[in-house]
Amino acid sequence: MNHTSSLSWRSLLNIGLLAGLAIVYTGLIGMIQVFSERGIIAGVLTMGQIMIFLPPLVAGYMAARRSREQGAGRMILNAGLAGLIAAVLPVILVLLIRQLDVMGVDIRSMFVNASKALIDHLTFERGIGPGLAMLVGFMTALGLAGGALMALPERIRQTLITGTTWVIGIGLLSEFMIQILRNLFGNQAGRSIFQAGALKPIPALIIFIVTAGIYYFWQLQGANIRARYARSGEGTKQTFQRTSVGLLGILLLMLPWIVGTFLSEVLANVGLYVLMALGLNIAVGLAGLLDLGYVTNFAVGAYVMGALTSTGPLGLAELNFWIVLPISVLAAMTTGFLLALPVLRMRGDYLAIATLGFGEIIRLLALSDWLAPYIGGAQGILFIPKPHIGSLTIDTPETFYYLILAACFIMLFISIRLNNSRTGRQWMAMREDEDAAGAMGIDTTLAKLLAFTLSAASGGLAGAIFASKLGAIFPHSFSLLISINVLSIIIVGGMGSIPGIVVGALALIGLPELLREFSDYRLLLYGALLIIMMLVRPEGLWPSAVRRRELQSDAAEAAAAD
Amino acid sequence: MALLEVDNIHAYYGKIHALKGVSLTVEKGEVVSLIGGNGAGKTTTLRCISGLIKPTDGSVTFDDDVVADYAAHELVPMGIAMVPEGRGIFSKLTVQENMEMGAFYRNDKEGIKQDMEHGYHIFPRLAERRTQIAGTMSGGEQQMLAMARALMSKPRLLLLDEPSMGLAPVLVELIFDTIRDINQQGVTVLLVEQNAHMALQIANRGYVLQTGEIILSDNAASLRKDPMVQKAYLGID
Repeated sequence: MNHTSSLSWRSLLNIGLLAGLAIVYTGLIGMIQVFSERGIIAGVLTMGQIMIFLPPLVAGYMAARRSREQGAGRMILNAGLAGLIAAVLPVILVLLIRQLDVMGVDIRSMFVNASKALIDHLTFERGIGPGLAMLVGFMTALGLAGGALMALPERIRQTLITGTTWVIGIGLLSEFMIQILRNLFGNQAGRSIFQAGALKPIPALIIFIVTAGIYYFWQLQGANIRARYARSGEGTKQTFQRTSVGLLGILLLMLPWIVGTFLSEVLANVGLYVLMALGLNIAVGLAGLLDLGYVTNFAVGAYVMGALTSTGPLGLAELNFWIVLPISVLAAMTTGFLLALPVLRMRGDYLAIATLGFGEIIRLLALSDWLAPYIGGAQGILFIPKPHIGSLTIDTPETFYYLILAACFIMLFISIRLNNSRTGRQWMAMREDEDAAGAMGIDTTLAKLLAFTLSAASGGLAGAIFASKLGAIFPHSFSLLISINVLSIIIVGGMGSIPGIVVGALALIGLPELLREFSDYRLLLYGALLIIMMLVRPEGLWPSAVRRRELQSDAAEAAAAD
Repeated sequence: MALLEVDNIHAYYGKIHALKGVSLTVEKGEVVSLIGGNGAGKTTTLRCISGLIKPTDGSVTFDDDVVADYAAHELVPMGIAMVPEGRGIFSKLTVQENMEMGAFYRNDKEGIKQDMEHGYHIFPRLAERRTQIAGTMSGGEQQMLAMARALMSKPRLLLLDEPSMGLAPVLVELIFDTIRDINQQGVTVLLVEQNAHMALQIANRGYVLQTGEIILSDNAASLRKDPMVQKAYLGID
């Protein structure tokens, strides 16, 4: 396989047309228009412009990368051509919309966003003739820029990309940045850097220089610093590790105070998912048992907490949160154990389908009229009291953040210990080859039951906290989507990796919350991000050592086979 | 009393009658070979002995215990170790970790350490590769690892399923030499093989299995001279 040496006309055309198609697509679904109001750098760059400019830039970059062995001149030429080709489809789109408009065809009954506004954005409000010329010129120039970027030495290219990414990232998250700055430095802080939700040009430049500078410095000196650290004595290392763990701890404790109520709520939700993912990781990541019904444990934990503490008409005992918490966990573990019994003999896909069924059964049971007298059916359980510690009531997002943080640390500790234990090794052997594991003297039945039961505990804990955090629970909170989300966290973070779970939960649960302002397009962006991630980093964001070995050896085998 | 007695066992896969009354014995200290073509029931017999499947009829007794009364993992401490067909190594763990898994049921750290060194002594190639990921080794090395790992459970009876499968001739020689060495150190061996030539060279006795039935059994030297065996399994006309 060697397509890298020369770039055929066909793939050049492909790259360019794909980039053009991306612009046409985002235009027709209305993204370009909606985000043309959203500034990234005030007065300089809007989100809508990024959507028009990014595709030709990427196309130029790709074209240059594919022809990098043909010399710099050829690379730049190809990149420019890719940019030019990228302009073809948008130009056709503009002309077509106008022509149909002139002919009196109502294209907007099908494509509601194919409007005058879209033409205006694509032609920079300069009219059809000069505007389209400008569009073609810009896109060719951006293609060339993409090619030039590729032609730069790797270190400088990465530095430029890093700086730009930071500026755009901070611009995108401006709302939260303003909030954080206000909490830290008072009301005026936000206004000095941001203007109408966009970065001011000078601070943007400073952010670019600082982040790019740090990145460049690390490129030059990183290896040195790491080597010096490796050479330093055990004492220094220990001090360094303790200091960094201490700083991280302080940061985690101060976080709600820094980020404010809304982000604390987001972090609390992220924490609940971290709890669930840590649990599911025992079954899926360690023992290799694909469980698609993890929501079951979450629901059991929540309903036990609801039924036993509620002060409403459905409340059974009106017990204290802290008494019910262990009961919820035990109930979830019992459910996990009982549901594991019938599926012990199943493997792989069959197990996944059976557990998928359990998840649905639980939801339908919660909805059913049959159980409605006890758990409220579709009306759910209301009046679930908040937990107390002494005279302190845990009722705000900030206080729940601390409760969930504590729960996460306990589960984290248990997970890490399990990971490195005999039991953990037993699960890993079972994951790789069940028969061979049995032939080593591992009781695979017991190991599976243990994995399901322990895995359920964490789900029950998350469910119990969820119930009292919300104050009311309804069957529709326990949908299949939760199981899928939890599983996605594990896959995106990196199978079997514990730090990966935290990173995965932040990316999959935290990020969509931060992208709220993209409202209708949130899930589109989310899906696109997932696809890009699986293409670029299939091993996950923070893979475990075993998993990394696995994918690397696969790649090595594939390379050897070529 | 023989160490292993298989008495008239039957086994089914769905409606397929895989074993139609197989009987064989293995005495302590022997190497016994079970030869036969594809689908003859060799692997099924081994799976019955190691407890992975239960025979529908007949019995397997190991050292006076009925195997069907135990789960596969309980037979390991009793002294049965199996090297499955296709080796069944844990391909993502290192060589050392695979060896440790072999001693899973044992608690005597010192003994495990000694046996591990002994294993590396038998297979010096593995010692060089302690920290390598098992899946990245060659087929021969993986077979060595599977055998070394099985020995880590201190078996009295070692079941080998097609140890020569997919290996270069020179490695096949090496593996069979090692099986003989292991046997001389006191481990009884039941060997299932398609490579009848090699299997009968190192065995004391042999059984020929065809479509789920034992059609012939004798000491290895006589089997090698048997015209039917020569024609069907040794490729001699």
